[in-house]
Amino acid sequence: MTTAPAVPRRRTATARPGAQTLRRLLRQPAFLIGSVITFVFVLVAIAAPVLAPHDPAAPLLLDQVRAQSNPVPLPQEGFPLGGDPAGRDLLSRLVAGAQQTLVVGVMATLGGFVGGIALGLVAGVFAGKVDMLVMRAVDVMLAIPSLLMAFSIAALFAHPSEWTLILTIAIVQVPVFARLMRGSMLVQRDTDHVLAARALGVKPGAIVFRHMVPNALGPVIVQATLSLAVSILDAAALSFLGLGNPDDGRPEWGQMLGGAQQYFNSFPHLAIYPALCIIVVALGFTLMGESLRETLDPRTRR
Amino acid sequence: MFRFILRRTLQAVVTFVALTAILFAWLRSLPGGPLDALLGENASPQDRAKLVESLGLDAPLWTQYLRYLGRFWTGDLGVSTGVWRGAPVTEVLLTRAPATIELALCALVVGAVLGVAAGYWAATRRGVFDVAFLGFSVLGLAVPVFFTGFVLKYVFAVRAGWLPPSGRADLSGSIPTPTGLTLLDSLLAGSGAAFVESLRYLTLPTIALTIIPFAVIFRLTRASVAETLQQDFVRTANSKGLRNPTVAGRHVLRNSLLPVITVIGLQAGGLFAGAVLTETVFNYRGLGQSMALAFSTRDYAVLQALIMIAAVLYLVINIVVDIAYALCDPRVRTP
Repeated sequence: MTTAPAVPRRRTATARPGAQTLRRLLRQPAFLIGSVITFVFVLVAIAAPVLAPHDPAAPLLLDQVRAQSNPVPLPQEGFPLGGDPAGRDLLSRLVAGAQQTLVVGVMATLGGFVGGIALGLVAGVFAGKVDMLVMRAVDVMLAIPSLLMAFSIAALFAHPSEWTLILTIAIVQVPVFARLMRGSMLVQRDTDHVLAARALGVKPGAIVFRHMVPNALGPVIVQATLSLAVSILDAAALSFLGLGNPDDGRPEWGQMLGGAQQYFNSFPHLAIYPALCIIVVALGFTLMGESLRETLDPRTRR
Repeated sequence: MFRFILRRTLQAVVTFVALTAILFAWLRSLPGGPLDALLGENASPQDRAKLVESLGLDAPLWTQYLRYLGRFWTGDLGVSTGVWRGAPVTEVLLTRAPATIELALCALVVGAVLGVAAGYWAATRRGVFDVAFLGFSVLGLAVPVFFTGFVLKYVFAVRAGWLPPSGRADLSGSIPTPTGLTLLDSLLAGSGAAFVESLRYLTLPTIALTIIPFAVIFRLTRASVAETLQQDFVRTANSKGLRNPTVAGRHVLRNSLLPVITVIGLQAGGLFAGAVLTETVFNYRGLGQSMALAFSTRDYAVLQALIMIAAVLYLVINIVVDIAYALCDPRVRTP
């Protein structure tokens, strides 16, 4: 007897929801563009030390800066974009800047994400007084426009650095995540699977962390993608006002852009290159985040 | 309805008190503490001792806080230690307020009108126009505000020379300036030349500042109108044979503008941060620029006043928006 002929597995109408979501995502050009930009950005950021033709902190062209009356070295052999006013290779700084920008963006978003989730979790799980207290605190934070709050917090540090920049942007992001996480937890509390778990006598801790949190995180993670773009833009705004990281040994795009403002009318390229990098990357994160949100939000499904 | 307004106002008062407490704490945790903050680092010991006494810094913390609130209440915001050394902060801010009010209003009106119009148009017609505006609005949110300002200034002022690169129209010599708002003053005086002059100075900063509100308002209007268009009552209205403008105005716009109103309010509050950046780029002497100057000179007396003003404004706008929303939509009133 031969084996039964292999029945071709028919694709059922109800494919796995994850696969379905992925297929819907991949059909969107916005998501594709966004993820390609993000992928390239992360790749460049990781490989920055290898990709950068020169040391981003080495004043290789300092002789030219000193010798010429022209304070900004022009593009030349080995330095396709020329140098910055301190005689450092602009291309290398842009490449190295990708890494630093990614670090600042990810750390700041992560900080806001963790802080916001903790607050939102507490508010969503312990209803009543705790909820009210936490949400009032969040309201107070939201009462100051976020960029303005970032400016005010940054002004608190006597010695601004990379870490104060990250901390500042992280704090500003906390209320957004907290509010979203709380809302998401409240929705989970009323779902049937949580009710079922409760009826089965699952311990409260397990209900919260195994049944509610994983399901509540969806919209918060989408927000995190969008927050990455906001973090990078906020960092640029802070640097512009002189509230960013003053140490430019490890360049970051926002800092390069902020530092280039005084040369804008005579050497606009010093600002345009880092600005273009910021715009493209912010666009990438935004496109990715928005298409994720649209795809995951059942209301916008067509 | 009355209960809703009362509850909302009470909430805002609580928020306000918390805010003043935070600001008080902020001022005390600044590098160097309030003395350096108010006097600058190079003050003499006598000055310091005098200020400790006059500010009552030797009193218990909560007394200090109450006094601080009291000073705020009477409009005493301290003395500038930065660019306007020695000048009362209230005075500095009052002379600069009209410039920012004018710029912010221009940006808000332009952003709201264009945003709603373009959003409605895009949602009803779709096609190339829709895609182009959607692309522009996504891009607008990804460009740092001050960079937009620099590019506008470089292209239209430095290179083309069509518009002034910085500053604000000075009308004080030619026409009476009762309001300090250059556009309004020119209209009141009936001077066309002054109006054009004011407009020339305002154009670039307004464009730079309005891009973000425009993008946000456009996208929300577009989404909201698109959602409303799919509702049954719109189909009913259309099949009843109502004229298109009636359906558009009475049924579609009225129902889809509710969330838009909220966002316009939020954008109005957020404009201040944008004004800090825009006014600095265009050297436009308003509150925003004074904040940037205060940051660079660590002029904390000016800073705390500005933060307080911005926050109070934001709170008030939020309440007004919420109440307006509740007036329009009865569903919101029930807690």
